[in-house]
Amino acid sequence: MTTPEVRIDEAGTTGVRPLLEIRDLAITFKTGGGEVQAVRDAHLTIMPGETVAIVGESGSGKSTTALAAIGLLPNNGRVSGGQILLDGEDIAHASEQRMIELRGNTIGMVPQDPMSNLNPVWKIGYQVRETLKANGRPSGPDDIAKVLSQAGLPDAKRRANQYPHEFSGGMRQRALIAIGLSCQPRLLIADEPTSALDVTVQRQILDHLETMTNELGTSVLLITHDLGLAAERADKVVVMYQGRVVEAGPSLELLRNPQHPYTKRLVESAPSLASRRIQVAKEQGVETTDLLAPAAETLKSDTFLQIQDLRKVYKLRQGLGKATDFAAVDGVSFDVRRGTTTAIVGESGSGKSTVAKMVLQLEKPTDGRILFDGVDTSALKPAELFKFRRRVQPIFQDPYGSLDPMYNIYRTIEEPLRVHKIGDQASREKKVRTLLDQVALPQSAMQRYPNELSGGQRQRVAIARALALDPEVIICDEAVSALDVLVQAQVLNLLADLQANLGLTYLFITHDLAVVRQIADHVCVMEKGRLVETGSTDEVFESPKQDYTKALLNAIPGAKLMLPPEVA
Amino acid sequence: MTRFILRRLLQVIPVFLGTTLLVYYMVFALPGDPIAALFGDRQPPQSVIDTLRSQYNLDQPFWVQYGLFLKNLFTFNLGNDFTGQPIAASLARVFPVTAMLAIEALAIQAVFGVAFGVFAGLRRGGWFDSTVLVASLVVIAVPTFVLGFVFQLVFGVQLGWAKPTVGANANWVTLLLPAVVLGLVSFAYVLRLTRASVSENMNADYVRTATAKGLSRPRVVLAHILRNSLIPVVTYLGANLGGLMGGAIVTEGIFNVPGVGNKLYQAVLRSEGPTIVSIVSVLVLVFVVANLLVDLLYAWLDPRIRYDQ
Repeated sequence: MTTPEVRIDEAGTTGVRPLLEIRDLAITFKTGGGEVQAVRDAHLTIMPGETVAIVGESGSGKSTTALAAIGLLPNNGRVSGGQILLDGEDIAHASEQRMIELRGNTIGMVPQDPMSNLNPVWKIGYQVRETLKANGRPSGPDDIAKVLSQAGLPDAKRRANQYPHEFSGGMRQRALIAIGLSCQPRLLIADEPTSALDVTVQRQILDHLETMTNELGTSVLLITHDLGLAAERADKVVVMYQGRVVEAGPSLELLRNPQHPYTKRLVESAPSLASRRIQVAKEQGVETTDLLAPAAETLKSDTFLQIQDLRKVYKLRQGLGKATDFAAVDGVSFDVRRGTTTAIVGESGSGKSTVAKMVLQLEKPTDGRILFDGVDTSALKPAELFKFRRRVQPIFQDPYGSLDPMYNIYRTIEEPLRVHKIGDQASREKKVRTLLDQVALPQSAMQRYPNELSGGQRQRVAIARALALDPEVIICDEAVSALDVLVQAQVLNLLADLQANLGLTYLFITHDLAVVRQIADHVCVMEKGRLVETGSTDEVFESPKQDYTKALLNAIPGAKLMLPPEVA
Repeated sequence: MTRFILRRLLQVIPVFLGTTLLVYYMVFALPGDPIAALFGDRQPPQSVIDTLRSQYNLDQPFWVQYGLFLKNLFTFNLGNDFTGQPIAASLARVFPVTAMLAIEALAIQAVFGVAFGVFAGLRRGGWFDSTVLVASLVVIAVPTFVLGFVFQLVFGVQLGWAKPTVGANANWVTLLLPAVVLGLVSFAYVLRLTRASVSENMNADYVRTATAKGLSRPRVVLAHILRNSLIPVVTYLGANLGGLMGGAIVTEGIFNVPGVGNKLYQAVLRSEGPTIVSIVSVLVLVFVVANLLVDLLYAWLDPRIRYDQ
């Protein structure tokens, strides 16, 4: 690998000392198999008031680098070389006492997952108070309320008396931002501060964070896997890959003119920046009418799946014997044509996954009909339902949770064949081998177990398992949401290939509009159980009719960045 | 919350009826005649036997016996045992002794188990952790009667630190040695439970965030690791209190403690239905109250648990 020039130009900043300067940083982890170098030769400079983003996939060392700067490496990790200069002071090997002085006051942190980073047993106000107290600041009820309301938490006085589980994800993240900035640190480390949130909430929170840090003059080290988001929010971007800094520079410049091969791939596959449907079929010279050009397709392909006025009502228990109705899905109708991809988009709680579950016959609709190939699925007898399941297969979000850890890959993929009594031992093995080929996994994977595979490989196994029964419809419930961008792009390409070769119909459930643009022909936008907009992907993206759709589209990070077409 | 407590207390009724009925029936079904057993080898006149039988309602069918027992219980008239002593008086004698023993044992388990567990958990794999783990395994593996006799011999007889037996003068000091023996096994479990819980919570995200806020180490441990780690430990301790109150027949036997265990053992030997069921009735109440306390403590430790809904 060539080592490109990584030094950020310091022109124009002469005479000002960087707030944080990381030089030749190396971090090693002690593991069962000896020492592993997680970060090597990392360089990074943050000037006062500047926002710098580190971009990279999981395992690239971006979070490790940031944690080293606040002295929070896990117990088995240590800085094995280089310097971390905070305002000229090397804190790479500072004492724990010194770090306790710096944390909160000088270096603040906003962690990644709002669900797990607040202690569930203490009130929000208490968790703010102990921060203020530990850093010698006034910590009365008014001070706490002020800190919380500055972070955009409405009704802060009352909210301070609530527990984390009474907060939504977005509100928790606001509380964490409040805690991170409560002592007005000079440097804020924001580790994927919004990756667990819906896009519109993400946008609000990032906007607010930006306003606050601008007002306070705080420098920000932003860690993210999303290149679009980094480019939009940061002055400079540092790209990390396999523990090294491979490229660094001003955000837009780096995005428009990436030098390192990895950065180039990242820019190409960043879903938020890509603009068109993956056109695999066209490249392969296959009949394209099913896949592209929605107008032509309406004439050619028949309606395969009809959702008519679908409703699902849950009873919410409220005290003894009382219950209120909650319509998770409320009057949803749409058609899915054979050989096409229809995406259902929405934020969490919009009812999109409930629709998927009803189509899969895992939940019974309260009202409405689902016609599959012209047959009402609610009228299916158990034996017919068994046959139906052969034709409709799911792929779920979590490639870690949806594979049985005690089954090896062969058994995982073979199980549906065995359940449906298809073929004998030999023919089933042949089928499994073919499936592994189709999803581009080596035959040697058959004897391995899920924990020996990467996330992308596991999702390929899940796809192979879904394909085992030669289904006609595949329902992907957030099937690529848990994957890194590059892996995500590979899996999306694989799905597009399979569709072209096998004529599959996809129902794609996702919160990620950028992914929709890449894979879908039709889009259904859901909000609070209702279908607010439907149309072909191009229609919806280019001329959205509903405000909600517009808000969703605007919230895609990097959506507004002007990129030359050859990059996008 | 009040509604929850009320509901839990109402649950006592079926539990109470079920357990007493079951125990009463088992005593009833025991082979042998308790009255005949009272006289040993002598053969008393039939008239005496009949009088005794009717005095203890033994001539009645099972359901009548049980019904009369319930009636007596609710009128706070437990009657006499086969030696002619009022049962209520003997319960009032044995329960305070066992309660003292149980509380002392529980305190030993809770304080030392949690403290040792926290230290071991924070330095997992260190020398303290390794030593304590092996030691606790030994304690778990060795049966209580062996531990009891060894402690009695070493601390009671050879070193003379404590009285080898308790006898009539049961108080906090004399009960200390049996309490240590009684608490030792559960101490090992509490220690291991705390250790596992602490070392798991230590890596929790919110603990890292607490450190990032600039809190000192002791504060992070006390406010963020310990409190969250206590939840499973409290469950165990609560369940254990019931067990301790049931009287430790072996420990009470070794140290000659005049407690519930001893009394129950003698009553079983003599097939004294009323005494056995009276003791069991009190124990059922103790169990229910102990579990209720655990549930309330739970809600206090973990605000996510709410009983109102």
